[in-house]
Amino acid sequence: MELTLWTYEGPPHIGAMRVATAMRGVHYVLHAPQGDTYADLLFTMIERRDARPPVTYTTFQARDLGGDTAALFKTAVAEAYARFRPAAMLVGASCTAELIQDDPGGLAAALGLPIPVIALELPAYQRKENYGASETFYRLVRACIGPRNPTPATARCNILGPTALGFRHRDDLAEVRRLLEDLGIAINVCAPLDATPEDLARLPDAAFNIVLYPEVALTTATWLERQYGQRFINIPPIGVGATRHFVAAVADLAGIDPKDFLARNTSRLVWYSRSIDSTYLTAKRVFIFGDATHAIALARVAADEIGYKIVGLGTYAREFARELRAAALLHGVEPLITDDYLAVEDAIRAAKPDLVLGTQMERHIAKRLGIPCAVISAPVHVQDFPARASPVMGFEGANVLFDTLTHPLMMGLEEHLLGMFREDFEFSATASASHLAAGQVVAEATATWDAEAERELRKIPFFVRGRARRNTERFAAERQIGTIDLDTLYDAKAHFSGEAA
Amino acid sequence: MNQLSAIAPAPAGMGLPVLRERGQREVFCGLTGIVWLHRRIQDAFFLVVGSRTCAHLLQSAAGVMIFAEPRFATAIIGERDLAGLADANEELDRVVSRLIDRRPDIRMLFLVGSCPSEVIKLDLSRAAIRLNARFAPALRVLSYSGSGIETSFTEGEDACLAALVPELPASDEPTLLVVGTLAEVVEDQFTRLFTALGLEHVGFLPARRAAEMPPVGPNTRFLLAQPFLANTAVALAQRGARRIAAPFPLGVEGTTRWFQAAAAAFGISAAHCARTLEAPAARATAALARSRVTLAGTKIMFFPDSQLEIPLARFLTRELGMSLGEVGTPFLHREHLAEELAMLPAGTQLSEGQDVERQLDRCRSTAPDMVVCGMGLANPLEAEGFTTKWSIELVFSPIHGFEQAGDLAELFARPLRRRAALRV
Repeated sequence: MELTLWTYEGPPHIGAMRVATAMRGVHYVLHAPQGDTYADLLFTMIERRDARPPVTYTTFQARDLGGDTAALFKTAVAEAYARFRPAAMLVGASCTAELIQDDPGGLAAALGLPIPVIALELPAYQRKENYGASETFYRLVRACIGPRNPTPATARCNILGPTALGFRHRDDLAEVRRLLEDLGIAINVCAPLDATPEDLARLPDAAFNIVLYPEVALTTATWLERQYGQRFINIPPIGVGATRHFVAAVADLAGIDPKDFLARNTSRLVWYSRSIDSTYLTAKRVFIFGDATHAIALARVAADEIGYKIVGLGTYAREFARELRAAALLHGVEPLITDDYLAVEDAIRAAKPDLVLGTQMERHIAKRLGIPCAVISAPVHVQDFPARASPVMGFEGANVLFDTLTHPLMMGLEEHLLGMFREDFEFSATASASHLAAGQVVAEATATWDAEAERELRKIPFFVRGRARRNTERFAAERQIGTIDLDTLYDAKAHFSGEAA
Repeated sequence: MNQLSAIAPAPAGMGLPVLRERGQREVFCGLTGIVWLHRRIQDAFFLVVGSRTCAHLLQSAAGVMIFAEPRFATAIIGERDLAGLADANEELDRVVSRLIDRRPDIRMLFLVGSCPSEVIKLDLSRAAIRLNARFAPALRVLSYSGSGIETSFTEGEDACLAALVPELPASDEPTLLVVGTLAEVVEDQFTRLFTALGLEHVGFLPARRAAEMPPVGPNTRFLLAQPFLANTAVALAQRGARRIAAPFPLGVEGTTRWFQAAAAAFGISAAHCARTLEAPAARATAALARSRVTLAGTKIMFFPDSQLEIPLARFLTRELGMSLGEVGTPFLHREHLAEELAMLPAGTQLSEGQDVERQLDRCRSTAPDMVVCGMGLANPLEAEGFTTKWSIELVFSPIHGFEQAGDLAELFARPLRRRAALRV
């Protein structure tokens, strides 16, 4: 047993859902109790998708356990097929159903559906979300892929890896697509995001594969290389250097000269980092934690392209521990490989960084410790699915990263001015930079509050308390009430009830 | 005997049609209750014994509460536990010890059963007894199940409170006990009103601290503040306490009748009761006016979620002039809801249980003006053109009592006003 406050990765069937939800024409029937339906909100609330994930849950209950949960599963599969008519179906069990051993694959096969039905074996007590995504994508590709093409066009590739609920996958994909098209390389299939099972059948019509997210696509790309002779590139183009490296490798496989493209394309990061306002960024201490791909890439960007000093580097993805250890060695820090949130918190506290780059968990740790932070990896919350395009890959991604990695810190000039005026009698020594969280400005009270009303006011959630105070005081002033008591408070509340927030 | 029981319940509501469905249920499991229970009992810790899915559910449902160090965690069962390589009891003891070391301020620990722990038949009640022998009285260890194979959403609170009842101190004093988690601000308002009515001995279950849990005994009369507390009510009856039948304190009418029922049970005159409730009730009625303009004449449909659906439907139709489409509830407790059902309009279509795909079909064909549903369904329905109110907010926000009636109405009015305001 493992004591867990927060978990970086969900269980493996969440990974399967990320693949199913990313694709079109795929439906997933999950043998699971009702509570597992919470997973829908990851996609509809956190990622803000406008449709439900294509998932049917059997939602068996305790009273079903003595009876026939297998029949329940078969009914769910049959009804899901009849209603959604998918081109391929995934079937599997979540943690609880794994214990009752109903064999979803065998049960679904017995129905003889006229589509590929892929049974997922995702051991819920051993593996986690990224494994689930990787394995699901691999199984889907194997089930749907068409015959080998002996002579695909040289400058034609597949992009593998983007899923639903991925960190900036949508925007990375758009950026990488633009980059490849500008280079003169055709994109055959992108999967899983927006692909259909029919698209997976066409995967062999490309000369090579691009692995954008090894957590999801490395297993599949390795298999495609072995079975279909497609070479692959596993250089996530995060940062200026990695993007140039990526372009060179892609051009090489495609038989294209990238010189012209690289002469025309670069990132503003290169100049911004050299501009004098960035001098203050030199050797700022940064702690980095996330999935392996983003953690390793961001360490390189932070050190080589912004001029920070890496004081901590880690990942929760044990599958990529080797790669992370190598990167940590390069930056001269101890690698931190753990999925224990408390261990990460201890490491951050000990490292005393100026900046934390991490997942939403590190954002919360940093907030508690009062350290600036930026989110650079899944898992993320709703605000990390921004409305604007905000890639971290390609040259535009490098622009985004310059902003992401420098904005949480004070701007150089501002920092100097703060230092210069700190002792001035008109200046507050405790002032922080204007864009950092500051104390709330409290309006001058016009009426006095009696003790009981004041206590009651404190029970109102802090984010509406200011408005409640202002409204009550306005209400009291309009009625020439000198002392605000409980009745005034609630009379005012009723008076303003329903007024637009 | 309760004087009100002579006039209630009216049998009218008993004749309402009920559609019973068994299909895919799109409802949280009882573990979700931990998210508000741990805020309420400020020195209690909730340790779920379950899987990574349980931990993931809790953090997804808890959302922004991640900022504080939460007083809940998951002991994730691993392969070694399942294969019998590790003794589950020893493992649990080890995890609990680590927890206590980290949080010595904890006075009450709930071991919370989950789907996997129920399926492998891990006996948490025995584990609680064993741990109590080690840690009591500084720390009391209790257990209940919040598993999704046994509990839906708010039933987790029911299971938690039912587990607390045998632990409550005994008392023969005639007392009133208010049962169900309320926001502190609401509890304080209620306390003031009970005091004004002349009721001094009022306890609240759960209390804010483990050491302050209210006493119970044969002279205790209890009043449910939440409609989902079936097992808690049974456990209280076993301690000799008797339930005061009443509608739930949502809206002006529900709150008024809830207080009236309590007053009548303790022999307080109707005239004194009316005088005491007059001002807050009038204030609450005034507070509804603005939302009523928006809501009157619109039709609302409820997907099953918290068991609050029937009291809310009653409030919205009688005080805000809404008409009712299908009113779904995960479980219909006819006895506790008798007064509520009697107040629903004749012919109201109730449904119990769920088949979410069929219910969505009915939603599309009946085209309500507003749909109350869980978070998994809300955005997809909005994208289809429906106005929704996601129901978990109704559990997390203070909505009970007179002073919150306007807020409760506003929760429903705002999505409609917003839709009308948008020009994109």
